[in-house]
Order: sequence, then structure tokens, then C-alpha cells
Amino acid sequence: MGMTISQKILAAHADRDEVTAGDLIEARVDLVLGNDITAPIAIKEFTDLNIKSVFDPEKVALIPDHFTPNKDIKSAEQVKILREFSKAQGIKHFYDVGRVGVEHALLPELGLTRPGMLIIGADSHTCTYGAMGAFSTGVGSTDMAAAMAVGKTWFKVPEAMKFIYEGKLQPYVSGKDLILHTIGDIGVDGALYRSMEFTGTVISSLSIEGRMTMANMAIEAGGKNGIIEPDDITLEYIRSRSSEEFTVYSSDKDAEYVDVREYDVSKIEPLVAYPHLPENVKPARESGVKIDQVVIGSCTNGRIEDLRVAAEVLRGRKVHADVRLLVIPATQEIYRKALYEGLFNVFLEAEGIVSAPTCGPCLGGHMGVLAAGEKCVATTNRNFVGRMGHPKSEVYLSNPAVAAASAVMGKICHPDELK
Amino acid sequence: MKAHGKAWKFGNDINTDEIVPARYLNTSDPDELAKHCMEDADEKFMEKMAPGDIIVAGSNFGCGSSREHAPIAIKAANISCVIADSFARIFFRNSINIGLPIVESPEAAEEINEGDEIEIDFDSGTIENITTGKTHQAKPFPPFMQDIIKKGGLMNKVRSELS
Ligand code: SF4
Repeated sequence: MGMTISQKILAAHADRDEVTAGDLIEARVDLVLGNDITAPIAIKEFTDLNIKSVFDPEKVALIPDHFTPNKDIKSAEQVKILREFSKAQGIKHFYDVGRVGVEHALLPELGLTRPGMLIIGADSHTCTYGAMGAFSTGVGSTDMAAAMAVGKTWFKVPEAMKFIYEGKLQPYVSGKDLILHTIGDIGVDGALYRSMEFTGTVISSLSIEGRMTMANMAIEAGGKNGIIEPDDITLEYIRSRSSEEFTVYSSDKDAEYVDVREYDVSKIEPLVAYPHLPENVKPARESGVKIDQVVIGSCTNGRIEDLRVAAEVLRGRKVHADVRLLVIPATQEIYRKALYEGLFNVFLEAEGIVSAPTCGPCLGGHMGVLAAGEKCVATTNRNFVGRMGHPKSEVYLSNPAVAAASAVMGKICHPDELK
Repeated sequence: MKAHGKAWKFGNDINTDEIVPARYLNTSDPDELAKHCMEDADEKFMEKMAPGDIIVAGSNFGCGSSREHAPIAIKAANISCVIADSFARIFFRNSINIGLPIVESPEAAEEINEGDEIEIDFDSGTIENITTGKTHQAKPFPPFMQDIIKKGGLMNKVRSELS
């Protein structure tokens, strides 16, 4: 029986020739990630072990991104734990304000997430790195603590689902719409425990940014990981970011899939996920829902490509008088690029604001929290009750073009409804 | 390693809020959490159960939030094992990591009745229903996972490996 790309990566890291779905294995990890919410707990558990050092200070990444720049005393204390632990342990990949960014945008940019790697992170959107052909998944703080100590963790080998995208993308349709369409199709538990493998000619021509957006949201369908086989686009991206060696895996022809779905993307319109689940997907066109705020950013859609798309829609236009537009470049590098490309001028002239890289409002942390009854279009990945603030506020998920157009119209719309 | 006790049955999609309601999460003290174990699924559960008893549930047990408090409450309540048709992914991980024995067996989950006397052999994956005389076979945990559970959780296992 053949293996999927995910199974091959797991087998290689468990020093086995083969694994089968359902097997419980122990595997070496190539990178262990934590943020300012999850790492402090893991650091405490690690410290209780009374051992001198982490398994490999180059393979641990501590990224304070959620409440940074520190929003209050408590969050400052959390980040301080990461900072001091990093110093004491010689952890190379700790990044502070001025260098930090949203973890799942930052690590790929630093070349730390490469094909064939096995990556765990105490953050559910760790699945993003599947866009580079890595096996990556979210875990708990205890998992992170143990992995920091011994450099390995346990896995149940997942079954796999294959999603094939064919046809021609319509204007303003992006990776975000493909993944929203998919979640709308299978539901928020449609891929529970499973690998989601994205493939087809549409994926082959999708940018690395679009692929990251898709893999990022695998967890919103309950998936254990999302993954795309590396191709020339991947390799070009990786080589521009890293000189480290890596292994490219791909799925065998006779690999087993519990479900295979094919989508004709020509029929997919720009989409919006209505409150309070990412599966509540409807076309953006003529939605007409009036909004109070628009957030363009996050680990899902805060990359340079996303900002360019938003700026294109906003160029020469003004944000609706009743709407607040917040643009949050996901990393310092993206921030600098957007600045040099003149995108900030576009956002500022449209009367939006640009903030420093942070998760901020994505999890209702700071920098744009919602009041009761307010509605927000966000390019983020979760629209659960209270996700961006008050339990009676609402989040609508969309791609950056729809978000930008909606900011101008004051209500959710398709970008071509702008005149 | 074995578990032995009386079965308490629950339905499908028991979420972590039912296992330990959010209103009790201002503490992470296991004994405090145990007092409210399964409270929103069965209010009298902690009065009825005896140490060593077994929870038998349907599919997707432990769905909802990723709180580690849920398996902690079950473990501290002295439930010796949870048998279910299936477990939600993060609950599964968290249970193993804190050393709560859990066994996936759709057949056992279906056929065991409330009150049956059950014995589980974790080494072989055998579930014996002493009341009805039936035996069910679950996939046994591989040695390293049995080791985690025997040692009382992942951090204890790591501790023993490092010393
Ligand atoms: S941007 Fe949002 S989803 Fe992404 S890591 Fe930050 S809080 Fe989580």
C-alpha cells in the first residue's frame, strides 16, 4: 500500500519504512513553536523537569505575537518569560518587537519551515507550513514542553482526504475562497483527525501566499494538517529563504484516501463566512450586511500579496464614513515592503490605519476589539462567538479584496460592485 | 496494566464544557475540578460513581475547547478508563499526555450497558464485559504510549527518560 506525503514525513521521522493510518508513533520533530500565550505554560513545565537545556536551541522558536507590543502588564510579564528563557537557553529564534511578526507568517519568511520537516507548535494554526510540503500540526502546551526537552513527540498517523481544484479562477477569487468553499462543503468537523491534501492545476499555479492561506485553515475543518506537494513555486520560495537542505516528499499513486473531492473553481465566487462558524459560507456579492470595521491582516491573509490586492481595490477610494479600516502587515518584512511599495499611502489616503505586526484583533486581544452589536469583516480565520471582542459582536471572514471593497461600500460586497 | 470497574454510559458529542463546565475553570486544582466531573452531562455523576469506574461514550467524546482541564477532571475523579466510539483530536492528545487511559472501540461503546462490570487490559487492548461474558478487542496502545499512561503522563515519562 502506498503512502501519502503526510504519512511519508511521519514515517521518516519515526525511522520507519512505512506507517499506516491509525498507527501510533513516536517521531522526531524538526521545529517546536510556542507563542506568548502557550509558551509560558510550557516553559514552566519544562523548568519543573530540572534539566539544563532544551534538546536543540536552534529548533525551538518562541514568538511573542498575540498581545505584542505588550498590551498590558500581564502580557508584558508573559513575553518577559519568553525573553528570559530564550536568553538563558540560547534560543536563536526568539524575536522581539521590531523583528517579530505573526508566527505563521514569520517562520516561513525566515526559511525555518521547509519541505519534509515535521513541525509542532502550541498554536492551532501551526498547520500553515503544509503549504511548503512540511507536516505541521498544533498541539497543547504539555506537548510543547516535552518536545522542547526530548525533541520528539507522539502522533496518531492520520487518514487522508484529497481535494482537487480544477478550472479557471474568477476575478478576485483567491486561496481564501477555495478553502472557505471547501470548509463550507465538508463542515467544521469534516476533516476531523485527517490530513487535507490540496492538489490540482489550480493549486499548481497558486502563489505560496495563497497556499499558506489554504493550509492555515485546515484546522477550521477539524484537520490535523493541511498539505501541498512541493513544486517549482515551493522550491523557488524556499531557496530564496534558506540554504539548508531539505527532502521533498510526494504521495504515492496508490496512497489511500478516505475521501476525494474535486471542485470546479470556475463556479466559485468571492465568499464570506457568516457568524459564527467558518462553514457558514455565502457569496459576497449582494450580501449587503452593514459593517462597522474591517481588519486586513493575520496569519491567514496578512502577507504582502494580500496587502497589494487590498491596496489595488482601495487606490483612489475612501473608506465609508461609518467604517474603521485596520491594516496589519503580518511581519516586519511585509511592513517594510508595503511601505516601500507605497501601499501605506493608499491605505492612509483611504483613511484607514496601519498597525505594527501583531495578532491583535484576530483573537480579540487588542488593536481593534469590537463592542456589542458591531460587525466586522476580517481576513482572519475564525468567526466564533466573541472571537474579536464582545460576545454579541460578529465576524465575517473574507479575502482581502472583498474586505477592502466592503470597507469602501460600508457593507459586504463583491469588489466589482464598486463603481 | 488493567482497569476494572462499573460502566457509566454517555451519548455522542460530549463536549469539554459538559465534562468540566467553564464556570469552574478559575482553578486548575485537579481535586477541585474532579468535584464537577461530567456535571453538565449528568448532575449526580460524582455521587453515583465509585473510584475505578469506567466511562463509556459514543462518538466525538471531548469535542469543543482544547482545555486540558477536561481529562484532568476525569482522571482526578478516579475514572480508570474512558471507552468511546471515537475521541475529538485534542482531547485524545491531552488525555494521553496527562496519563488518562482512553480506548477507542465502536463495538464496545455500542454493546456495553450501563452498570456492566468491565475489565480492560491495556497491554493487549482486550475489553472484557464480565456481566455479559462478551469480549471486545481494541487496538492496544504501543509500548511507548502504555509507558506514558503507566508513568502518569507525558512529563513524568520525559522525567524518567532524562534521569
Ligand atoms: S493571527 Fe490570529 S489565528 Fe493567526 S496566530 Fe495570531 S491569533 Fe492565531
